Amino acid sequence: MPKKIKKTGLIFFPAFDWAISPNHPEREERLLYTQDQVFEEGLLDFPNIVEYKPDLATYADINRCHICVPNPQYLTTNSHLISAGGAITAAKKVLSGDVDNAFALVRPPGHHSMLVAHGARGFCNINIEAVMIEYIRHQFGVKRIAVVDTDCHHGDGTQDIYWNDPDVLCISIHQDGRTLYPGTGFTDDFGGPNALGATINIPLPPRTSDEGFLFVMDNVILPILDEFKPEIIINSAGQDNHYSDPITNMSFSAQGYALLNEKLAPDIAVLEGGYSIEKALPYVNVGIILAMAGLDFSQVREPDYDALRIRQSPEITRLIEDEARNVMTLWKKKKNLKKQITGSAAYIRREKNIYYDTDNIMEKQTETVRVCDKCGGVVMIDSAADTGKRIYAIILPNSCCAECRESGENFFSRMNSSQYNHVYFQDRQKDVFIVK
Amino acid sequence: MILGIDVGGTHTDAVLVRNFQLIRKAKVLTNPTNIMASLLEAAQKLISDENINNIDRIVLSTTISTNAIVQDKTNRVAMVLLSGPGLSPETLDLGKDVYFAGGYVNHRGIPVKNVNSRQINEISGEIAQNQIRHIGIVGKFSSRNPQQEIDAAELLRDDSRHISLGHTLSGQLNFPRRIATTYLNAAIQDIYQGFVQDVQKFIEKIGANIPVYILKADGGTILIDKSMECPVQTIHSGPAAGIMGVLATARMKEDAVALDIGGTTTDISVFADGVPLLEPSGVAINGRKTLIRGLYTKSIGVGGDSVVKVENGDLLIGPQREGSAAALGGPVPTPTDAMIVEGIVDFGDRQKARDAIAPLAKMLHMDVQDAAQAIVKKMAALISDHVRQILAGINNKPVYTIHELLEGKIIQPKILYVAGGPAAVAPFIAENLGYPYSIPDHSEVSNALGVALARTTAEVTILADTEKRELIISEDGRVQSIPRSFALADAVEVGKTTLREKAAGMGARPEEIIMEVTESQEFNMVRDFYTTGKNIRVKVQIKPGLISAGAERVNDA
Repeated sequence: MPKKIKKTGLIFFPAFDWAISPNHPEREERLLYTQDQVFEEGLLDFPNIVEYKPDLATYADINRCHICVPNPQYLTTNSHLISAGGAITAAKKVLSGDVDNAFALVRPPGHHSMLVAHGARGFCNINIEAVMIEYIRHQFGVKRIAVVDTDCHHGDGTQDIYWNDPDVLCISIHQDGRTLYPGTGFTDDFGGPNALGATINIPLPPRTSDEGFLFVMDNVILPILDEFKPEIIINSAGQDNHYSDPITNMSFSAQGYALLNEKLAPDIAVLEGGYSIEKALPYVNVGIILAMAGLDFSQVREPDYDALRIRQSPEITRLIEDEARNVMTLWKKKKNLKKQITGSAAYIRREKNIYYDTDNIMEKQTETVRVCDKCGGVVMIDSAADTGKRIYAIILPNSCCAECRESGENFFSRMNSSQYNHVYFQDRQKDVFIVK
Repeated sequence: MILGIDVGGTHTDAVLVRNFQLIRKAKVLTNPTNIMASLLEAAQKLISDENINNIDRIVLSTTISTNAIVQDKTNRVAMVLLSGPGLSPETLDLGKDVYFAGGYVNHRGIPVKNVNSRQINEISGEIAQNQIRHIGIVGKFSSRNPQQEIDAAELLRDDSRHISLGHTLSGQLNFPRRIATTYLNAAIQDIYQGFVQDVQKFIEKIGANIPVYILKADGGTILIDKSMECPVQTIHSGPAAGIMGVLATARMKEDAVALDIGGTTTDISVFADGVPLLEPSGVAINGRKTLIRGLYTKSIGVGGDSVVKVENGDLLIGPQREGSAAALGGPVPTPTDAMIVEGIVDFGDRQKARDAIAPLAKMLHMDVQDAAQAIVKKMAALISDHVRQILAGINNKPVYTIHELLEGKIIQPKILYVAGGPAAVAPFIAENLGYPYSIPDHSEVSNALGVALARTTAEVTILADTEKRELIISEDGRVQSIPRSFALADAVEVGKTTLREKAAGMGARPEEIIMEVTESQEFNMVRDFYTTGKNIRVKVQIKPGLISAGAERVNDA
């Protein structure tokens, strides 16, 4: 079948000299066999596949989307600056028109890092997609962005960072949170009061196979994207839905991943999780690269691929069809939900307990958002971690209205910082970041 | 003494070198239909009954392989591919005599599907029917486990056939390039064999028993008998001679750029700490990308005889050439004419040069003198821009470790070496680039000097997998068992021993074997949260250079 050839940028940075710890899934070996497969297939010799060296993200780039406690210097190593920088390079190449799309095949990942970050969770220190998204908005003035998180784990970090942002659509498909880390991402997590429908969660039952993923793609994700009309689509491309992944329970294949990317046609893909480093990653990555470049991927398959063995049961198919219907019903009535949720309240508050599994930190957080019809609303966060650190943060959204700006600025100037280690002011609209 | 001969397209140059001193030199016209005659003519100008016994070695560069490929004087080759799943082979341009066979090993060299002997026998029958005598066999990941290529070869072998195996030509990964490399190796077999016979006759004629070496694409030498197994290594021998010539004539330890400015093109090469850079994956020839280790060189379409014209008020130079400079009777104005008008060089008919430039000057609203200056500056600017782009490309080459990304070598040239007829443009280029230039001595025979003084080069790739308890020396296809405790240092040791043996077999003297570890990585292999072994990767090379590390600059005797 002839396809449309696209010019694809590849930012490949396997960080062969970095690991969380020697036996950790996030270790030097992770992309070794992917490199072997990509090299052996000769993908870098195609005239329409161009490899780029990653840039280094700056601390200012991180401060646009995170409140790092106490600061990004403390939370990151060079490896994190390079993986976020690689995502930024991918975005730059696409938005400057050098390539049609780009894949940042970088590590470590980032999609479990939330707005406030006291440490690392789910192998993530900073959210590399969010750092990239704020860079895109700041440098290229892009307004509407969609992130489709195809990692097997709920993209809870990205969801948290954009919970109150109506201009960034976060769709996450993942293994049902009742059966897998981080245990969240249910359909009724639908976005903050001013951004209802800008968060979409599609939990899938264990052992969902190609059929199920592609069904959700066709019947939920693509219709929602059609309606949202993003300027840029980002695939937060975890590869742990694969049938051979050691820490998850899904039945997705390299062919499935390639087909999903062909349908989604992301402008930018960024590697997230995926720890079947030998049996899945080499084939999934080759499949994704070929699909993005518009080349024939029909013969990409794992050595042990057996369509019958990974086929999903009719019961699973039925569960997924129900789920798809539920999500679409919710999506269609999103406009009527706001009144129901906010009533006459001027502010909406939510309490969160956040566990940082990688660094073993517990955080208690209160997030307050101003109910606003004109923008995402000013957000205030009071966060205390069992490291003894307590901070307060005021965040102005990207297209902040005058009233939210006024109240945010007032809060910050009146804020008594004595009971906090730090008080942060993050103005995403004017790119201002102040700590006191 | 060493006799070095560079067989170029136009001239065959020969030099006699003793203790790095140029003793004698000769230049004759190349007879393209009789290479042996050219070799003989050049050699006879230098050797005599008195000195012949003092010659320890003869080193030749050759254009035979390159020309055979470019002029399509090649054998018909049947390619047998064990391609397995992955990229669709239809995506590749493979030519007509391709036979796909079952069989497949994965990235760790573990067989997934075996070679099917009945199928190979059927293919063998078809190849016989088509009367093809040259066969290339290439398996995906065969540099990780060559056994399936060897198995298929056993089934296809008979006395009338010549077989090239992919894994023997390079230890690197890249299946499409391995196919191209193997194809070319098989395709030039006959013509190269003829060349070797000619050289043997030449040696007989001069009546000496002297070892003969051939210059490879990577600027290293190999005994001619050894080169019969891998003739494809001798493509780009000519350009390699040019780069080795810069090394032989310039005293160089620093980062540098060398330009060889010819009539039609300018060849640009780059040196890091005095060592010529290699192509990262392998050289490309006639549109085919190969795995052949070769010196990095980029040719741009700007030279002394390039056509100069004015379009929409812009001065354009090249890439076409329509003949020699107008000053020498050529049809159009060229940069050489501009240099003659400017008085930078002094030959040809100056008036003819002025007359040729006059119409351009009119279009540029300048007088002839200013227009000539503008042309020289434009040529310098074009070349300088390319040099900058090339350096940016090299310095932005992707790397895969944090260490290399943050602390990797950045090439910052300290000097520009310029050779070739129009080298007089050098000061203008150097001014543009901001570093000084030098025009090396003996540039008229520098290629032959480079050929004479080049050392033997080689590379080995070692992959040890302690979970499999196996080690493979990729280029040799040798697999040996190793203990679980095998470590990175052991792999480096195996690499060095293998490389030493290999280089000696190619004709290197023990004192010339200076080795360098270019890659040494050790990965913990963890499965289900337990360490199951180590994946160790080592590359050791003898880098391109002159036969003695302390080589003095060549001076006239």
